[in-house]
Amino acid sequence: MLLASQAAQAADEAGTIKVSNGQVSVQRDAQQLPATVGTRIFTNDRVVTGADGSVGITLRDNTLLSAGPNSALDLNKFSFDSTTHAGTIDATVRRGTLSVISGKIAKATPEGVRFSAPGMTLGVRGTSFLIDAGQ
Amino acid sequence: MLLFAAGLVGILYLGLTAQPTSTVVLLPDAEGRTGAVELHTPDASQSLNTPFASASSNARGAFVVQIENADQVRQRYAQTLAARPNPPVSFMLVFEFGSAVDIAPTFKPVLAQLLAAVATYPAPEITVIGHTDTVGSRKDNDALAIQRAGTVRDMLVEAGVDPSLIAIAGRGEREPAVPTADEVPLADNRRVEINLR
Repeated sequence: MLLASQAAQAADEAGTIKVSNGQVSVQRDAQQLPATVGTRIFTNDRVVTGADGSVGITLRDNTLLSAGPNSALDLNKFSFDSTTHAGTIDATVRRGTLSVISGKIAKATPEGVRFSAPGMTLGVRGTSFLIDAGQ
Repeated sequence: MLLFAAGLVGILYLGLTAQPTSTVVLLPDAEGRTGAVELHTPDASQSLNTPFASASSNARGAFVVQIENADQVRQRYAQTLAARPNPPVSFMLVFEFGSAVDIAPTFKPVLAQLLAAVATYPAPEITVIGHTDTVGSRKDNDALAIQRAGTVRDMLVEAGVDPSLIAIAGRGEREPAVPTADEVPLADNRRVEINLR
């Protein structure tokens, strides 16, 4: 049972926190967890930084995300097939800033990658960009 | 009075329908190339494909596009950019004759490079990815690719790498180092990639 739930978690795992400065937390279900280096990120997690916070996350498809101070990022959906590189990234920048360097999913199935910010949505064709959602 | 009422209605209308606003800035990648993004509001679409081009959506859901100053962008978003994770790096092992035994001589130097790099990656994760040439069916090559990845994973664990850091994947013949026609034997394509992120 424990093994089964661990396996399910591994399949659902989207990425890992690689950089954490200042106040950073992960909101998962009703819980608020500290987001230290090595913390795993899953679909439906919200990552929040404080006024002095910033965070860097590497997703399983090698997409690199980083958020600056006063930011909130929702990872709505993530899936990745390591054989075909097909997958889905659906993330929303609620406030603050997000840097994105796209990974294997954007290369193989760009139609599966969508970022949203207040007032707009973004489609990606293999690239690096910044999203500024304001406060 | 009528003018005033019209103005008030105008303000109310704008207030009710004002769209939230965001900005996107396109950046060159580490190799200096710039990709493209497609932006959409409910009312407008905008594509960006020039380095440091930015598009801001305004309250009416339209885009305002400009080319930004690179240094100002780096300064404005310094904390965000400084928090980017290390870019992933790959190490290659070539299977000269398609068997596991013949990678032994090249494994040692690759292992040394990998271990040196692992020490510089916070919360390191390793994916061992098997690749094949185009000899044989796709299905057989998928199985062979995973088998090659498993062989290298075992060698890494044997050499002391924590097994919990390692995942394996097989790409079969989908990602040749050197593209060929079907059924072409080529050592360069019979390889295992050790990706560190």
